Amino acid sequence: MHHAPVSRRDFLMAGGALVISVMVPGAVRTALGQTPVGGKPPLTPDELDSWIAVLPDGSVRAFFGKMDMGQGVDVAIGQIVADELDVAFERVDVVMGDTAFTCNQGGASGSTAIQNGAITLRYAAAEARRVLLDRASQKLGAPVEKLIVQDGVVSVVGTPDRNVRYGDLIGGQYFQLKLEWNKRYGNPLVAKGQALPKKPSEYKVVGHSIPQGVVADKVYGKLRYVTDIKVEGMLHARVLRSPTAGCGPVTVDESSISSIPGARVIREKEFVAVVAEHEWDAVRAARALKVTWAPPCTPFPAMESLYDHIRQASVTGREAPVNQGDVEAALKSAHRVIDAEYQWPFQSHASMGPACAVADVRVDHATVWTGTQKPHFARDGVAKLIGLSPEKVRATWVPGPGSYGRNDAGDAALDAALLSKLTGKPVRVQYMRDEATGWDPKGPAGIYRGRAGLDAQGNVVAYDFFAKGFTRQDVATNESDPKDTLVGQLTGYPPKPTVIFQVPAEAYEFANKRCGWECVPPLLERASPLRTGHLRDPLGPETHFGSESFIDEIAHAAGADPVAFRLKYVKNPRHAAVIQAAADKAGWSRRPYPNPRRGKGNVMLGRGFSYTERNGTIVAVVADVEVDRRSGRVWAKRFTVAHDCGLIINPRGLELTIEGNVVMALSRTLFEEVKFDRERVLSVDWTSYPILEIQDAPEQIDIVLINRPDLPASGAGEPSTRTVPAAIANAIFDATGARIRRVPITPERVRAALARA
Amino acid sequence: MTERITLVVDGKSTDVSADPAMPLLYALRSELGLDNPKFGCGLAQCGACTVQVDGRPTRSCVTPVSGVKGKKITTLNGLGTSNRPHPLQTAYIAEQVPQCGYCLSGWMLTAAALLRDTPKPSDKQIRQALAGVKCRCGTHMAILRAVKRAAGSKA
Repeated sequence: MHHAPVSRRDFLMAGGALVISVMVPGAVRTALGQTPVGGKPPLTPDELDSWIAVLPDGSVRAFFGKMDMGQGVDVAIGQIVADELDVAFERVDVVMGDTAFTCNQGGASGSTAIQNGAITLRYAAAEARRVLLDRASQKLGAPVEKLIVQDGVVSVVGTPDRNVRYGDLIGGQYFQLKLEWNKRYGNPLVAKGQALPKKPSEYKVVGHSIPQGVVADKVYGKLRYVTDIKVEGMLHARVLRSPTAGCGPVTVDESSISSIPGARVIREKEFVAVVAEHEWDAVRAARALKVTWAPPCTPFPAMESLYDHIRQASVTGREAPVNQGDVEAALKSAHRVIDAEYQWPFQSHASMGPACAVADVRVDHATVWTGTQKPHFARDGVAKLIGLSPEKVRATWVPGPGSYGRNDAGDAALDAALLSKLTGKPVRVQYMRDEATGWDPKGPAGIYRGRAGLDAQGNVVAYDFFAKGFTRQDVATNESDPKDTLVGQLTGYPPKPTVIFQVPAEAYEFANKRCGWECVPPLLERASPLRTGHLRDPLGPETHFGSESFIDEIAHAAGADPVAFRLKYVKNPRHAAVIQAAADKAGWSRRPYPNPRRGKGNVMLGRGFSYTERNGTIVAVVADVEVDRRSGRVWAKRFTVAHDCGLIINPRGLELTIEGNVVMALSRTLFEEVKFDRERVLSVDWTSYPILEIQDAPEQIDIVLINRPDLPASGAGEPSTRTVPAAIANAIFDATGARIRRVPITPERVRAALARA
Repeated sequence: MTERITLVVDGKSTDVSADPAMPLLYALRSELGLDNPKFGCGLAQCGACTVQVDGRPTRSCVTPVSGVKGKKITTLNGLGTSNRPHPLQTAYIAEQVPQCGYCLSGWMLTAAALLRDTPKPSDKQIRQALAGVKCRCGTHMAILRAVKRAAGSKA
C-alpha cells in the first residue's frame, strides 16, 4: 500500500553501505552506478547531467540540492519530475544531501524546497524529455509532434507498436547538454534549458497524496541516522563546554582521565575535547576530565530583567520597511490610542537528539557525515577550518535527530572535522543533552510594541508596530564560515553577527501604517550559549504573536468582531479568502468579545483568530481553548487552519506538515523559554526546557487546503508556525477577558493575569 | 572492571564485554551495533532510547547493562518486520506518522505495551500511557491516530 520511492530510501541504504566501504581517496561512485560513456561532466548547475539521469532500465534519478527534513519534500520533487518526464512516480529516485552528487541549492532553507528548489528540477526534467523526444523522433522516423510518452515509453500516435523506451534512448549515458544558469548558488539558483515545463492542467502525479516510502524504514527500525554511522577505526569524541558563558579553559589535567582506557584530551586553543575508542569511555572521560576554567564573568542580565535590558539597550541597526502616510500625526489626532507591548523569550531548537557528525580527514581530502540541513555549506566550512579547498571535501547528509533551522548540527560537523585532523583518525562526535539544549543557537528574545489610533467611529487611522530585540543571526543561516560555529569561535574566528530582523507580513490596509524594528547588541561577543540563529520560521512566531494579538486588541477596542475587523482592512482577495475559509470551517459566528458565555465552573471556553502571510503563503487559524480557572492550564483543544500555498503538490503531505507546524508552535507558545542567570544558560535538558507532551496535544486539527493550480507553489514548512501563537492568546482573552502578552503562556502567568483581570 | 554479560536482544543471544555500570544503550548501539534505540538525553526524560525488557518499556540510557542479564530485550526491529509487521507499524505507515523519526522507539514500544495490556484504550488512556515521551517535530496528532488505528485492527 505504500509506494517505496526507491528514492531516498535505497540511496540512503546504499549510501550507508558505501560509507563503510569507501575509505579510499576519491573513491566516489558515479551517480549512475556504473561508468557511463563519454565521461561525467562537471557537477555544475549548467549541466543537465547535474540534475537528471536516466538509467538503462529507464528509471530516473533526480539530483536535488535542497533537503527534506521529514515532511516529504523529496516525494513532492519526485512527483514533479515524474510529471515532466512522463514516467511513473515509482521510477523516480530523488537523490539529495550529498555534495558529491548534488549542486548547492541551499539545502533546507526558509521553506523553499518547492518554492525555489523545484524550479530547476522542473526545467531540467522538461529539458531531458525534450532531448529524449528528439532522439526518439530520429529513431522512430516521426516528428516530435506525433510522439506521445507513457511511463517512459515513447510511441507514435496511432501506431503504438512503433515505440522506444527512454532506457534505450539514453540509459546509462550522460546527456552532455548545457543549461542556462543564473550563476547563483543556494536558494536563488535557477538553471533552465530550452524546453518549457508543462501546464498545471497536464499534471497527472502532482496533486496526489503519495506517501513517503522512507516512513516504513523508520518504523521498522531500518533507517540509518547520522548517529548510526560507523567508520572503521573511528574514535568517539565528546566536547567540553565551559560551565559558565564566555570562560575559556586555563588548565586541563590530563592525568584525571588516565585510568580510562584509550581516553585522551584534544585541545586547540579554547576548544577542548576527549576521544576514546569506545563511546562509553569518551562519555566517562568527558565527565571525569578536570578543567580549570577562567573565572566567571556576568555577560547576561538577570532573567527577570531581560525585557528591561532590551528596552534600554543601544541600537545596532534600525529599519522601517513599511512606512505609509504620517503615523505620528495620525496618532496625535486620533480619538483614541491603543498601546501594547508583547514579549517573546529566547527559545531552543531542542532537537530530539543532540547533534552528531563523523569526519574522516586525510592529508589531501576529507569526508564528513552530518545531519545538517545544509551539507554544501557544511562542506565549505569544514574546508576552511581544516585548510582544504571545498572540492576536496565531501559532505554527506544522513538524517539527523530533527532539524528546524541552524541547530547544533552545524557545530558538530566542524568539531568532528577538526578532531579528525588533530587525531589523524576518523572521529565521531556526539553532543550530550546539556550541549544540545544549552549550547544550540537560540531563537532571539525581543519586545514588540503596537500603537494604533482609532477615530470616533472606531476606524483605524494609524497603525504603528515596532520590534526591538536581538538579531536573528548572531550566527549565519549556515556553517560555511567557521566564525559561525562554536569550534571556529573557540579557535580564532571571532563571531560577526548580521543585524537582521522582521516586520509583520500581512495585508492590512491602514491609511497611516508603519512597521519597523531595532536590533540590540549580542549579550556576549564570543562563543555564547545565548547566540542567536535561525529557528523554524525565524522571528515569525515572535513577531506575529505581537502583531496578531495587537490586531485583536484593536478589534476589541473598536467593538468589532475579530474576523469582520480583519476582513474590513484586508482587501487582497486571496488573503481575504483564506481568512473567510478558516472562519467558515470553524463555524465562526459573530458574538460579543470576550465570550459572555465562557462556561460555568472552573473551565472557561474561548476562541481566537489569527492570520499571517509568509513569502506568498497565506494562513489563517482559529484556536478553541479551554482555560482552567484554578490551575491556569490552557488546553488548545481544537485548531482550524486555512492554508493557501498556491499549487498543491501532495495534499496529505501538506496536511501533515501543517499539523507539525501547529503542534510545535503550540509548544513554543505555552511551554518554551530558555532560562539563564547572569553567568550561564540554565535550560539544559527536558526538565529545564520543557516542550509539549501528548496530554497537551489538541483533540482535533481541521485543515482547509486552498489549492491554486494557477499560482506557483510557495512554502509550507514554516508559515503556519507564525499564525498559531496569537490565535491561542486571542482565544485565552476570549475565554477569560485577560490579555496575556508574554510567551510562554504558563499556568502561573495565566493565574496572575486572571487575578489582575 | 569489565564483565562478560549475555544479552538477549530481539530473540538473539549475544555476549558483550563491558563495564557493568555502562548503560544498556551503549551496549546495544556501540558494542552490538543495534542502532534502533537512540540517544536523546541520557536522562530518561525523552524516550528515544526505549527498549522493552521482558515486555516493559524501559529507558536503556539509564539502565545498567548488568541489570538486564538474560532478560528479553526488544527493540523496534524486534517489534515486527515488513514481513510480519506489528499492527502499530502498519498503522504508523498508514498514518505516515514520523517526520524525523528519531523518537519512534519511545512512542512505539510504549504504545505496544499499552495495546498488549489494554487492547482498546480510550484517548485519555493513550495520552496517559505515552506521557513523558517526547516528539519535537510535533507529530502527536498522527501518533494518536495511529495508536487508535492499531487498536482497531486485529493484533
